[in-house]
Amino acid sequence: MKKKITKHEYQAMVEEKAPGSHILKDLLFAFITGGVICSVGQIVMLIFEGFGADMQTRASATSIVMIFLGAFLTGINVYDDIAKFGGAGASIPITGFSNSIVSPAMEYKKEGYVMGVGAKMFLIAGPVLVYGIFSSVVAGLVYFIWKQVM
Amino acid sequence: MVSILKAFLLGGCICVIGQLLVDLTKITPARIMVIFVVTGVVLGLFNLYQPLIDWGGAGATVPLTGFGNTLAKGVIKEVDESGLLGVFIGGVKAGAAGITAAITFGYIMAIISKPKIKS
Repeated sequence: MKKKITKHEYQAMVEEKAPGSHILKDLLFAFITGGVICSVGQIVMLIFEGFGADMQTRASATSIVMIFLGAFLTGINVYDDIAKFGGAGASIPITGFSNSIVSPAMEYKKEGYVMGVGAKMFLIAGPVLVYGIFSSVVAGLVYFIWKQVM
Repeated sequence: MVSILKAFLLGGCICVIGQLLVDLTKITPARIMVIFVVTGVVLGLFNLYQPLIDWGGAGATVPLTGFGNTLAKGVIKEVDESGLLGVFIGGVKAGAAGITAAITFGYIMAIISKPKIKS
């Protein structure tokens, strides 16, 4: 009887402790992964700066390179491992957006090139674009009205 | 070198916020991505994201909040130039490079590569 209680208490203790350390580990890995990806982005940006590109061109060109890297690493089955390690650290950078396009498109290729690849590409990217573009329209309207009033 | 370290720190911190949301609220990564883009648009509208870009460079532009900021900046610029019509043009115009690159590279990579066999 006494043993059972101890076991039960132990269980409770584990449950109490585990989520905390689990979250801390997740946060650390997300920090490292996101940090490394953004550092790569910064290096790419510095290279474009070396070519004498202006700020806007640099940012766009860097996005294109990062998107390519994300798609490429997903294609060779590496990005999923990065995502397993880094969690949000892998999904929040633009490489993760790219991953979210290639990953389902590869998976559903057997369903054909139109409804498989073409449609499933946007399984996650679709919502991101819908809400991104819709909110940009709202932002534009807010700014337009604010300009008329002020 | 300093700019790379700053990008690491800022990019890392932004991703930690995302991971906190995942761990504490159990919302899916797809929703996190949507939340980050919309947050970027809101911050961009009020010109609050630019200071982060000035400090952290790619640490601010590479995360999806940076994409949201690009959309907001684009729509503001276009409204300044062409008025109400700009509301419907600016966002996608500014995001065009990213969207087109994602579709193009995404499509090509999906076509030429094979998914890993699940063990």
